[in-house]
Parts: sequence; structure tokens; C-alpha cells
Amino acid sequence: MTIAAMPRRTSPLLRRLVGFNLITAVVLGAIGYYLGWWLGHQVSVAATDHYADTNQNDVALFLAYGLAVVGFLTGLGFLNYPVSRMLGRPASVAAKDEADGWKRYVSLCTDHKVVGLQYLIGIGFFLLVGGVNAMLIRVELLRPTPNIWPAGQYLTLVGLHGSMMMGMMTSGILGPFANYVVPLMIGARRMAFPRIEALTFWLLMAAGVILTSAVFYGGFPTGWTGYEPLADQANMGMDSYIVFFALVGLSMTLLGFNMLATVFSMRAPGMGWGRLPIFVWSVVATSALNVLAAPVLVTTLTMVALDRTLQTTFFLSSSGGSPFLYENLFWVFGHPEVYILAIPGFGIVLELLPVFARKPLWGYRLAVSGMVGVALLSFFVWQHHLFMSGLNANLRPFYMLSTELISLPTGFTFLCAMGTVWRGRIRYDVPMLFCLGWVFNFFIGGLSGVFLSDVPSDTTTHGSFFTMAHFHYTIMGGLIFTFFAAIYYWLPKMAGVQLNQRLGKVHFWLMFVSFNSTFAPLFVIGALGQPRRVVSYPKDLQFLNQWVSVSAFVLGISMVVFLANFVWSLVFARIPADPNPWHSSSLEWQVPTPVPVHNFDRIPVITAELYPYGAETTAPAAEPLTVGS
Amino acid sequence: MVVVVSNFGKKLAATGLVLGLFSAGLAWYIGGYLMVTPDSVASAATSAPATSELTLQTVAGLGDAYSQPTWVAYLVKDAHGVWRQSTNFTVPANSTVRVTVLQYDGASGLRNPFLARPEGVVGNTIEVDGKAVQAIDPALASHTFAIPGMHLVVPLEGVADDAPDQCEAAPCGLEKAHRTITFSFHTGSRGRFRWQCFVPCAAGFIHGFGGPMQTIGYMDGFLDVV
Amino acid sequence: MSSSPPRHGRRIALYTIIASLITTPLAALVLGPHLPPGHGSREAAAQVTDNTVLTVVMTPIACLVLVYFAYAAIVFRQRGTEIEEGATTRGHAGIQTAWIVSTTAIVLFLAGYGTWALLQTGSGSGQGPVPMASADGAVLPVQVIGQQWEFTYRYPTYGGLETSTLVLPAHTQVEFHVTSLDAIHSFWAYDLGVKADANPGADNVAIVRTGDARSFDVRCAEVCGLWHGYMADTGQVVDSASFATWVAGQRKAFAPIAGSMPPYRPTYQPDPQRRAG
Repeated sequence: MTIAAMPRRTSPLLRRLVGFNLITAVVLGAIGYYLGWWLGHQVSVAATDHYADTNQNDVALFLAYGLAVVGFLTGLGFLNYPVSRMLGRPASVAAKDEADGWKRYVSLCTDHKVVGLQYLIGIGFFLLVGGVNAMLIRVELLRPTPNIWPAGQYLTLVGLHGSMMMGMMTSGILGPFANYVVPLMIGARRMAFPRIEALTFWLLMAAGVILTSAVFYGGFPTGWTGYEPLADQANMGMDSYIVFFALVGLSMTLLGFNMLATVFSMRAPGMGWGRLPIFVWSVVATSALNVLAAPVLVTTLTMVALDRTLQTTFFLSSSGGSPFLYENLFWVFGHPEVYILAIPGFGIVLELLPVFARKPLWGYRLAVSGMVGVALLSFFVWQHHLFMSGLNANLRPFYMLSTELISLPTGFTFLCAMGTVWRGRIRYDVPMLFCLGWVFNFFIGGLSGVFLSDVPSDTTTHGSFFTMAHFHYTIMGGLIFTFFAAIYYWLPKMAGVQLNQRLGKVHFWLMFVSFNSTFAPLFVIGALGQPRRVVSYPKDLQFLNQWVSVSAFVLGISMVVFLANFVWSLVFARIPADPNPWHSSSLEWQVPTPVPVHNFDRIPVITAELYPYGAETTAPAAEPLTVGS
Repeated sequence: MVVVVSNFGKKLAATGLVLGLFSAGLAWYIGGYLMVTPDSVASAATSAPATSELTLQTVAGLGDAYSQPTWVAYLVKDAHGVWRQSTNFTVPANSTVRVTVLQYDGASGLRNPFLARPEGVVGNTIEVDGKAVQAIDPALASHTFAIPGMHLVVPLEGVADDAPDQCEAAPCGLEKAHRTITFSFHTGSRGRFRWQCFVPCAAGFIHGFGGPMQTIGYMDGFLDVV
Repeated sequence: MSSSPPRHGRRIALYTIIASLITTPLAALVLGPHLPPGHGSREAAAQVTDNTVLTVVMTPIACLVLVYFAYAAIVFRQRGTEIEEGATTRGHAGIQTAWIVSTTAIVLFLAGYGTWALLQTGSGSGQGPVPMASADGAVLPVQVIGQQWEFTYRYPTYGGLETSTLVLPAHTQVEFHVTSLDAIHSFWAYDLGVKADANPGADNVAIVRTGDARSFDVRCAEVCGLWHGYMADTGQVVDSASFATWVAGQRKAFAPIAGSMPPYRPTYQPDPQRRAG
């Protein structure tokens, strides 16, 4: 309290640097790291004495990472509130008002709007790192033999790219956009657990740095799946992967609980389940998956960590364990996880199509049941990743059926999209272009998935570049396209400035064309027999691989176009955005820009149907809409 | 849409600086880790036509003169007769390469005994301490020199556990306990082949196949046929 | 004529039918024969048929969705710069029901067809230790041993002979027994349409009937460490006389090591080498 009251602006620089902020966090994180490293080298028991031979001490690295994260969070001030409560001080939600200006964005802040923007920049940065890794991979594949990165470093690049994207981007939509707009959409003043909301973000940032640090510990050879027993043989970089995914899993679980609690308990009066915006429904479905699937990942990785440090043998077949156990556990998490990446995309497309086609969402209940259906079914399909493994081979007809059944609820999303554009008045603004891009990409992704769900066909496509092309169509073509749709759509509200629309269109067309030019040939390359994660491939596939690499570089350039637009619009041009540039009727557009700290002076009462577009009525969805000051 | 930006140059310079720092960091990241690979050592020409020689040694651990970690490793004798820590070799195409391996390490045993039989070498035999051998005892294998792309396998018998004067750290001199294995193989057309050891010799790692067994510069490398 | 609602529907239906009538025969007759993995074995040929069926089923669906969106994107676009409002339809029970029924029918057909195709001889896929779809008559058992980073092959009917190259007799039903000595690998004989993971301590059976003499590619399809990208080789299908000659030659070369080999077993469980050297 006293610190908050101190006149900061006039105090000397040094005084201002001391306190609970990012600098303290980094310093305490470094101290924690070295403390853990030192502690790890003091521990010597029979089970760990092989470190003399291996030249690596996994216990030390796990302790170092663990204490670094604790130090980092302490430095940010995450312990202040629990400690002050334990000391008997009164409860307070004042944290979000304390800091001022830009400092809120680089410190622990519990305002959901600040956290949303923190997520956008933080995840955007790691998306860029993952993208650079992809570029480095494609540089290597210009030639059929290893020429730039040696084989081990190539595998590390593949693992870093895959893990960064599959881990970090699980919160790609929920982090920036759900955190920002869900409270606004449901008429709430904040998230249910604002401190946990902030915690999910800072955990993810720590995780990203830890994964990137894998290169300093020899990297890891397993790709993002971390299969055993290869993971057990690997260098210490594997520990970076384990800690990264464990932190991501923790963050996902907390994020899911927070979203569910918020939507369940903080909706404005009149907003029944039948009036929940479809994007919020997608967040609910995704959060349920987060809560149910991510803990499995954390548990599994704990078992891997025990195998690597205390020499347990959960996954070693020669000592009573089973690599199948790892494959099962990983995909029990892993398959719901890919829908954690996909469902928010469904939500964004169905949320935006009505705005830009000027029509109500067509088949609202069908759309909801589609998302919930996908979420439910996603727990019953995981062994299609193991069709060739020999595990439970006689159950394959069941998994074939369940996998193909999941195309039914996915198809609902397509039908609703088709119904929504029917006799609409489609405006081709940039967000709409990205939504239509999603329609095409995800459709191709879905169709190619049928080949993978069918065992006879999967015999060739499994584990090949075909699979790789398939999930890039669904995740990059699905999630990343809707990620950009969401940026172009919501940034005017989030940042208060308009992005340049012309550059946005250049970005879209460059990205759409180069994306398809990159990944469509990969179906062919896979069908011609190139397995995933290879540093060397047959010479007759060189032309196609070069085509893909060049297209991938253009795809990279399209990201530079976006970055240029982002920096130009936000830093230099700063054209104030209209409070409701898309003429949306959704609640988040009815509040002023910038959004007041507490969102609504009076909580709105929802009295009308959702999506009141169309010729007959143009009434807004909520009354009274006397919001703002 | 004309926007007047104050201090435009200053802001641009700041952006450029940030981008420059980011690029420098990226270059450091790439250069510091990704590009690290030992230099290739060429086989030495001999008086015989189209024949060259490659002299290697295998050691249980590296000494201070070499890069860390001190895992089990192959070394190669370069043109100046210096033992260098490299596993990347360059040999001429369509020629015979005569390889001598000075083997200083003890036995670990092969997981797949089949690889204890030399394959793909001239005469399908190797010489161990001057004696022609068609197969060794799989349990006595210390390492292999194998190029699966050429279907070439050469098992290297380990030094007896009770042999006196064992070499602890590289480089090892001829006075230390060792075995001398010699063999020849024909190179075909140009290409980049990988070679590796098949004996699970990575002490402390699961299945003996981590660390040095999965790191170029220790028990794996490239054979460039040029 | 004014563009009343039914006309849009009829036009889309017409364009879809035209597009389907053109593309579906093309998919079946032109693309189909070129679909992977070729006709290198009975199982590979069956997979080509399977892939053709899937492609043919999906072509009209693709035509419908793509034609629909292309039509909508062009016809239902906003003409001027002023915001115009679209129609107010919020759903249609009949269309939704029809969609659900038809997609369910397609999915059930695909699952049924895939199961039927799988039950023939297992489609060349790894079927675990006890194959559900068993071999059709006599088989030549061949064990595939994955290790970091090479496949070797054992022929139990030829005295446990082990070789570093895979040679198979033509027009013979082969039963692969795939296992691993260390990490997980995946044995992929591309042109034969065979893929089966090699797991340590597990036997994974895949059945294939070879066709005419030819060469085929063998690759590892599961990341297994440093040289995963180099775990590739070329195998041969040869006529029975050449196969007998090859086996005789291999047995002679195998003789020096035969005494050191363990007896043939479905799996091998090498000790974890926590301490080597």
C-alpha cells in the first residue's frame, strides 16, 4: 500500500527499478536458476551417480528451471497477495489500478484487457521464433543431403518448431482474444480469477524461454511428440522440452478453469446459454478440453522426468515399462489438444461471418452442438495416431469409425458457415478474407484427414509428409488464419488504432497463396514416400522440396508484411479506430474505445436475440446500452 | 492517407536498432549452436594408384585438449599427423580407402550380434593386430565403424579388461594398450554418407545410445565421397 | 428475371452437378491409377483402390462446398460502399436434417468400407502380435529388426539367417514380424504398401503378397534419433530361382557369425546398458 502511494515519477531511477517488476523477476529468476543448478550438484544418491559417465546432470537442470520459474513469478509479485492475506491484510482487487500507462503491460496486471494484449505480444513473439525455426528447416531441405545443419541440430529445429507451435499456440486464441473479449461479450467487469489469468500468461512466457534454451543443452531429437525411449536417451535439451510442456499444461489447465468459471458465473442478466455468442461457446468447449486433457500431459511428463532423473522405468520395455504407455498417455492429451487448437477457430469464423455477411448466424444450435460434439468425440479418437504401432490393432475399426464420426460435428460448422453467407451482403474486409481463407484451408485439411482416418490409406500416409501437410492445413490454415482474422477484427478495440487495410489485404493474399503453395505440394511429397522429420530425402523429390521451401520463404515474407503493418499502424500512424468499425452488434463493440478499466458502468441487461443483422431489424442485442462514462 | 509523423527518423532509427539487435541475437543463436560441426579431414594419398589412407583412433574419453563433454569418441589423424576430434572424413570417389583404427577402448558388446561380422570390406575380412578375421565375438565388440548406406560394417574388438597400461583420455600413444584394426573398402560414386558406431557404448545413457552415440564429433559423422 | 431465392439454390445445384460430373470420372480414371503407393504388391494395389474410392466419394463433396462458397462469394457480395443488410434466415430444419443424415451416411459408408478393406489381409499395416486379418495361405516369415539406425532382416525358415538387405521372392505371401532393439522405429516398405512400427519388446505383424520382380524403398517412418533421416535402404523382389541363389550366398557369408547369434525369437529384449565401456 505504501509503495503504491509513493510518488514514483519524481523518485530517482534506481529507486524506480526496485520493486516487484519484470527486472526483479528476471534477476530472481537467474538467482533461482543458479541456486537450483548448485543444489542439483549437491544431490548424490545411488540412482543418480551415472552423471559422472553422461557428463550431464538432469536433476540439476530440473531444479534450476523449477527455481528459476519460482523466482521469476516471485519477482513479478505473484506471492504478494497470498502472503498479505496470510498476514491478515484485507482482500483487494486493486492491483490492476496501481500501475500506470505502459508499465502495466510489462508487469503483473490483473486487468483482463492488459493481459489480453500481453498475450498478443508475448505469443506473437514466440510464434515468430517458431516461424524462424520453420524457415531454418526449409533452408536445410533445399538439398537432399544435410548441408547446413548437421543431423542432430536439424532434429532439434524440428522439435523446437513443433513444440513451440503446438505448445504456445494452444493459447493462441484463448490467451489474447478470449481473455480480452469474453468478459466484454458476456457483460462482465473482469475474469473470475484475475490473478490466475495473469499467472497463465507469465507461466507461458517462462515456458517459451525455457524451450528456446534447449539449444544450450544439446537440443532434443524427438520432435514435439517426445516419444519414449528416445526421450530417455536424449541430451539435457529434453529436460527443457519437458519443463516447457509441463508449464504449458499448467497454464492451459488454469486458463480453462478460469474461462469456465467466468462464463458459468459472470454472464450479464438475460444472457442465457441460448444467447451466448458463438465465440464464447467455442471458448467453453475449448476450456473443457483444456481442463480435462492438459493434466494428463503434466502427469505424463512428470513420469518422463522421473525416468530421466531417478531412473524409474515407466516407459522402458526392458525393465517392465512400456513405450506404448507413453504413446497412449501422450495422445490421450494430444488428440484433444489438436481440437484445442481448432475449435477457437470455428468460433471466430462463425462469430465474424454474420458481421461481414450482415446476416444472423445460421443454425446457432447446430453450431453449438458441433463444437460440443467435437470436444466430446475428441477423447475417443486418440489411437488413430497408433494405427501402425501394433497396439490394440483389433480396435482399429472402432477408432476408424470414431475418427470419421468427428467429421459430423465439424461438418456442422461448415453447414452453419454456408447458411450464414446464404443471401448475405458480404463485405470483403480483411477479417472476412481470413475467415474465408479458413473455410478453404480447413476444408482441404478435413478432406485430407479422411485418408489418415482410413487404415488402408493410412498405411502409406501415416508418419509421412502427407500427415504433416494435413495438420498444417488444419492448424496453420485453421488456427493461424483465424488468429489473424481476430487480430484485424479486434485490434481496433484492443489497441484503439486501425490497422492499415491495404497492407492487410496484401498480407492476406500473399499469405493465402504462399500457404497453399507451401503445403499442397507436401501432400504429394508425402504420398511419394518422404517420412516426417528427415534431414535427407531421395534426389527425385528435390524439385518439389525446393518449390515448398521457396513458397515457405514467401510465407515468411507475408509475416514480415504483417509485422510492418502492425508496427506502422500501432507505433507510427496511430489512426484512432472507430468504436465500432465493423458495425457489429456484439457487446464488446458497444463500449467506448479505449475500454474503461471496469468495462461497464452499469452491467447491461440482454433483452434481444443475438446477431440481429438482416433486412428486418438493426436493433442492437443488448438494452440498455448506456455504457461508458 | 497521408500521415505526418513527428520525429519519424528517430523512431525509424530506434526500430532499426531493435531489429538489428534481434537479428544479432538470432545470428548468435544460429552460429553458437546450430552451425557447430567438426571440420572434415581428408584421407591421405598413398603411392598406390587410387588408394588413400585414413587413420583413426577410438578412446574411452577425451582429454583436456578437446572440446567437452569428455565422452567416448573417435579421433582422426590429420595431414600433419595431429590427432583431431573430428568424425567428418573426405575420401575420393571410385577409389580404395585403407583404414587403420587404433582401438583403445574396452568392450561393451553388441546388441545385435549380427554386426560382429565384417561386411562390405575388401575380401570380407579385417585384420586385427595383423591377423585376418572373418567375425569377432559380439560380446567383445567395443565399437563399430559402419556405413549403412554402403552396407559396410567393421566391428572393432575391445581392449581386454585386465590389459596393463590402459589409456584413460585422448590422445593415446602407441605405448598404451590397444588393438590395431585395418581394412579397406571401395568408394563408389560421389555422395554424402553417414557413418556410425553400433555398439551401445554411451556409458550411463539408456540402451547405451544417448550422448556420444547421437552427437556428430563423437560416435557419428559424415563420409563425403568427392 | 429477378433472382428469387430458389434460383440460387438451383444454380448452385446445377453447377455442383456439372462440376461433379466432370471431376469425379477424372478423379476415378485419371488420378486414381496414379494414387500411392502403386501396384508393387497385392496390399499396395488394394490401397490404391481404397484411395481411389475415398477420392471419388470426396470429389462431389468438394465440388459442393467449393462451388457453394465461390458462388456465394461472388453473388452475395455487397455491391456498393454502403452497409447493406442480408436476409434474416436463422436456420432451416429440413436442410439441417438432410445434412446430418447425408454426412452420417457417408461417414458410416467410409468406416464400413475401410473396415472391410482392412479385414482382407490387414492392408499391409502393422497388426500387433496376433493379426486380426490373417494370411491367406502359406507365408514366408521375415523378421524386421529395427535398431538405431538400420533395419536388419532375419529369415527363420532359413536357419535364422540375418541379412542387412531385404530380398523377397516374387508372388509370395510374406509375413513381416517387426520388432526393435532400442527406440521406436517404423518399417515402411513404400512400394509394397507396408508400414509397421518397430517397438522394443513387441512383435508387430504385417502381411503382404509380393508381385513381379522389382526394387522397393525401405524407410523409417518414426523419428528415432540422430540418423532417422538416413535410415533408408532399397529392397528387392526377385524370382524364386534368384532368391534361392541369394539365400545360399547369404548363408555362406553368415556362417562365421551364425554360432554367436541368439535363436530366432519374436522379440529380443537387450539389457539396458546403463553402464557401458
